[in-house]
Amino acid sequence: MVNTKVTLCGITLDNPVIPASGTYGFGYEFAELYDINILGTLSFKGTTLEPRFGNPTPRIAECPSGMLNAVGLQNPGVDKVISEELPKLRAVFSKPAMANVSGFSLDEYVETVRRLDTAEGIGWFEVNISCPNVHGGGMSFGTSPEMAETVTRAVRDVTKKPIIIKLSPNVTDIVSIAKACEAGGADGVSLINTLMGMRIDLKRRRPILANKTGGYSGPAIKPVAVRMIYQVYDAVKIPIVGMGGVATAEDVIELMLAGATAVEVGAENLVNPYACRDIIEDLARAMEKYGIENLTDIIGGAH
Amino acid sequence: MKDSYFTLLSNEKIAKNTYECTLAGDTSDITAPGQFVNIKLDGFYLRRPISVCNVEGDTLTLIYKVVGEGTEKMSKMLRGERLLILSGLGNGYDTGKSGDRPLLIGGGAGVPPMYLLARELVKEGKHPSVILGFNTGDEVFYRDEFSALGVPVTVATADGSEGVRGFVTDAMDSYDYTYFYTCGPEPMLKAVYGKSKTEGQFSFEERMGCGFGACMGCSCKTKYGNKRICRDGPVLEKEEIIW
Repeated sequence: MVNTKVTLCGITLDNPVIPASGTYGFGYEFAELYDINILGTLSFKGTTLEPRFGNPTPRIAECPSGMLNAVGLQNPGVDKVISEELPKLRAVFSKPAMANVSGFSLDEYVETVRRLDTAEGIGWFEVNISCPNVHGGGMSFGTSPEMAETVTRAVRDVTKKPIIIKLSPNVTDIVSIAKACEAGGADGVSLINTLMGMRIDLKRRRPILANKTGGYSGPAIKPVAVRMIYQVYDAVKIPIVGMGGVATAEDVIELMLAGATAVEVGAENLVNPYACRDIIEDLARAMEKYGIENLTDIIGGAH
Repeated sequence: MKDSYFTLLSNEKIAKNTYECTLAGDTSDITAPGQFVNIKLDGFYLRRPISVCNVEGDTLTLIYKVVGEGTEKMSKMLRGERLLILSGLGNGYDTGKSGDRPLLIGGGAGVPPMYLLARELVKEGKHPSVILGFNTGDEVFYRDEFSALGVPVTVATADGSEGVRGFVTDAMDSYDYTYFYTCGPEPMLKAVYGKSKTEGQFSFEERMGCGFGACMGCSCKTKYGNKRICRDGPVLEKEEIIW
C-alpha cells in the first residue's frame, strides 16, 4: 500500500492533488461529475473585494499544448462568495478549502482576507499577486520583491491561517520574490501562475483576445514550472505548491521531485472535467512504477 | 453531461465548406434541442463545440462549417474513427413557450440546431415554420430535410442565387408567428431582435475554454446578471439580452 498523504502548512492532505483557482469554480459543479472529497483540497475561484465581470470576450485562445486565457478575475465579490458560493461548496466538500484572493490595492487584499477569515471551511489562503489579466493590480504586486513582501505582511496581520503567496513567472527573478514572501511571513508559495502571451488572428490581423494578452497554461508550460519550482526550493524553507501544465500522475511526481509539497491542476480540468479524479486514481500505479512508498518522501528529491 | 466515445458512421460534405457527420454512441445526456457537444481532436488542446443537429436513438448528427484548423481536421475524419465527446452541454431551447405557430430562424452554421428543434415542435403537435439564411446558393443545406418534417421552409440568400434575395429578416415580414427561435452569427441575431414582433429565444456563439461552465471564458452580461454562454446558455431569452 502506497501512502499519498502530504502535509501542507500543518494540514494533512489525503493526496497532493488540488484543482487550481479559476479552473474549478467553487467546486460544486464538478461534484455533479464525481465526489470531490477525493481531492487533497481545492483552490476556489479568485475572489476580490468587489464583484467583477472581468474582461470582454473573446477571453480564450488555443495554443499548441495549451491555451491563453484573459478572463480577468470574474467573481461575485467576497460577500456573495461567503453568503452564496461557499455554502454550496460546503454542501459537497467536507475538507478545508484553499481561498484564492486577489486585489487592486493593499487594502483590498487585506479586507478580502479579513472577511474570508471567519468563513466556514477555509484551510489556507492563496494570495494571488500574479494575475496577468487585470490592469492596475494583480501581477503588479508580484513583480517586485518589495511589493510582494508588503502584501504578505499586510495579510499576515489579519489572519492566523496559513498564507500561501501565488507567484508570477513573468519576472526576471522568481527566487528573489519567493524569498521576499518568506521574509514577509508567508507560510508557503505557489507557482507558477500563467505565462503572459498573445495570439493573432491572421484573417483579422488583430490579437484574438479582446484583452490582447492572456495567460498561457497547459502542458507546454510544465518545463518552466519545473525549473522555477526547483530554483525556489533551493532558496526558501517554506513549502511550495507547484503547478503548471500538470495532466498526469507522472507530472505530479515530477513537480514534487522538483520541490513541490502539493500540486495544482489547472487547464487540464477544462479539457478533461475528470482530470483531477483520473490523476488521483492513477497515483498509486505511478508511485509503484517509480518505487515510491510515501509520496511525502520525494519532495525535493531531484536536488 | 457525459464524456464518452462515439464512433464515426459518416462524414460528408453537404454544401460549401459544410459537412454533416453521424456518430454512434451514448446520447442519453442530450435532453433538449439547441444543446451542443464538445469534441476532443488529436493534436488540438481545446475541444471543438458543435451544436446538435439531430439525435435518433444512439445516432448523433452534427453539421459543422470548416472555419479553422480544427474543423479542417474534422472534415478529414474517416468512418470508424472514435471520438471522445462531452455531450449534453448547454441549456437548449425551451419548446414550452412556442405557442402553436413558432418561427425558426437559422443562419449559416446556426441552421443545424433548428432541425432537432423543428422535429421536437412537430412532435408536440405545433406548426413551426423555418427561415434559413445563407450568403450564397452553394452554401444552402437541409432545405429538403426540413420540408420532409412537413415544415414550410423559406430560404434567403444574400446574393439572391437561391430563394429570397436578402437576409432572414427580409423574409420575416410575411409570417404571422406566436414565438420565435433563432441561431446564427451575432449581426443576424441583432437584426432578428430588432425585427421580431414576439418574444423568442436566441442561441449565442462564443469562443469557449471548457464548454461546461468551469473557466468563465464565455461570460456575457444579461438583465439577470452574468451568464456563461456554455452553461447558462447558449440559449438566452429575448427579454434578458443586453447587446
